[in-house]
Amino acid sequence: MQFCARLLRRQLLLAVRRPLEIGNPLLFFAMVVALFPLGLGPSPDTLAGFAPGVLWITALLSNLLTSDGVFRSDFEDGSLEQLLLAPQPLFLSVLAYIGAHWLTTGLLLAVVSPLFALMLNLPVQGIAALVASLLVGTAVLSLVGGIGAALTVGLKRGGMLISLLILPLYMPVLIFGSAAVQAAVGGLPVAPYLAILGAMLCLAIALAPLAMAAGLRISIDA
Amino acid sequence: MWPIFHKFGSPPWLYAISGAILRWLLPITLLALVTGMVWGLLFTPSENVQGNSYRIIYIHVPAAVVALAGYYVMAFAGAISLIWRMKMADVAMKAAAPVGAALTFVALFTGAVWGKPTWGTWWVWDARITSMLILLFLYLGVVALYEAFDNKEAAGKACAVLSLVGMVNIPIIYKSVDWWYSLHQGASIKFTGETSIHSSMLYPLLLMIAAFYALFTCCLLLNMRAELLQREQRTQWVRKLINEDVVN
Repeated sequence: MQFCARLLRRQLLLAVRRPLEIGNPLLFFAMVVALFPLGLGPSPDTLAGFAPGVLWITALLSNLLTSDGVFRSDFEDGSLEQLLLAPQPLFLSVLAYIGAHWLTTGLLLAVVSPLFALMLNLPVQGIAALVASLLVGTAVLSLVGGIGAALTVGLKRGGMLISLLILPLYMPVLIFGSAAVQAAVGGLPVAPYLAILGAMLCLAIALAPLAMAAGLRISIDA
Repeated sequence: MWPIFHKFGSPPWLYAISGAILRWLLPITLLALVTGMVWGLLFTPSENVQGNSYRIIYIHVPAAVVALAGYYVMAFAGAISLIWRMKMADVAMKAAAPVGAALTFVALFTGAVWGKPTWGTWWVWDARITSMLILLFLYLGVVALYEAFDNKEAAGKACAVLSLVGMVNIPIIYKSVDWWYSLHQGASIKFTGETSIHSSMLYPLLLMIAAFYALFTCCLLLNMRAELLQREQRTQWVRKLINEDVVN
């Protein structure tokens, strides 16, 4: 457990020392959000209708792009190999990696999302649901994305492949995440959707680290 | 039981036994397919509301059923190869992916062809149809991941992990018509409770489902044999096999 906490601290320190890498996903989020009024037309009513889906898809894409790099630099400098040889359980170690990834992408994204929600004219009653669903949902995305990252870390052309592998697994999260926001906008209860997202998170925390650990061992051997 | 288990690890044995199975299974499959097709398309009564267009179920339903079952075969083979390091399970998993993808495509395509006259549209974003599309992506993801690795042993293991992870989606796809209100009708054939399809239409459908399972097995075995020959191309038994073929 202590090892796990130290690993988490290390990952966060690495991230904080390169602030641009934390900023990039947020910048990407802002830019993709800016694409939609250009593509769909700037009418506030149109945008309000599309806003829940647009915000969720954008969050999903920025998570997808950052997932690719979770293990890459540590794979390249060999520290991942040391981690695999270490006596500490790999299950907790990969959880630390993913925790750091979520804290530097998903959490920040959820925190700044109200700003973009207002820019896309999302009705105010939907904002709390957006933040809550992004908080839980991006954690699931980070865990699932980590599986793709672990499986493709040893490959030279991993970037496109990882989206092929994990987008099908992202889809259920997108369905319930944007449905939660739409329900809130329509004045319906949000709790059932959040509960399902929470159940997905529990399942992902329990099972995804196993798949990630197996994936990393395969990638190191290959 | 264990000797058999060990035999499964031997490529020449598997090659020989699959050849023997195919010699019988292939004609039976073709016979069942032709019989079921002729029976379903020509000799069943036409449906009250849909007229003759409903007859596509004799292709659509078997393809969809076997496409889902094929994923279980792939994931199960993947689990065996991960747990017991059995190389032949690896071969089976690799062989199942393209066959499953093809069947999923057939199910989606026939559904679109049927949807145009019946629902008035080629495609709707309904729970069952969308989830079948996800199934196609899952299959294609496994194929793409396998091709991306240069080291085929690692490729097999990576695909096994991926197919096991994708298993999470399969019960959702299977139950999607019951859980979400959707345009796609619920299942007509049930193991428990009343089946909502008349026996004159049901029997050819069951025959077609059995035929598609047999077809899947044939394609799987043929694929496995090709993969075996490719993997073992430098070994003695493959050379002997090829030389015998050349002499004959």
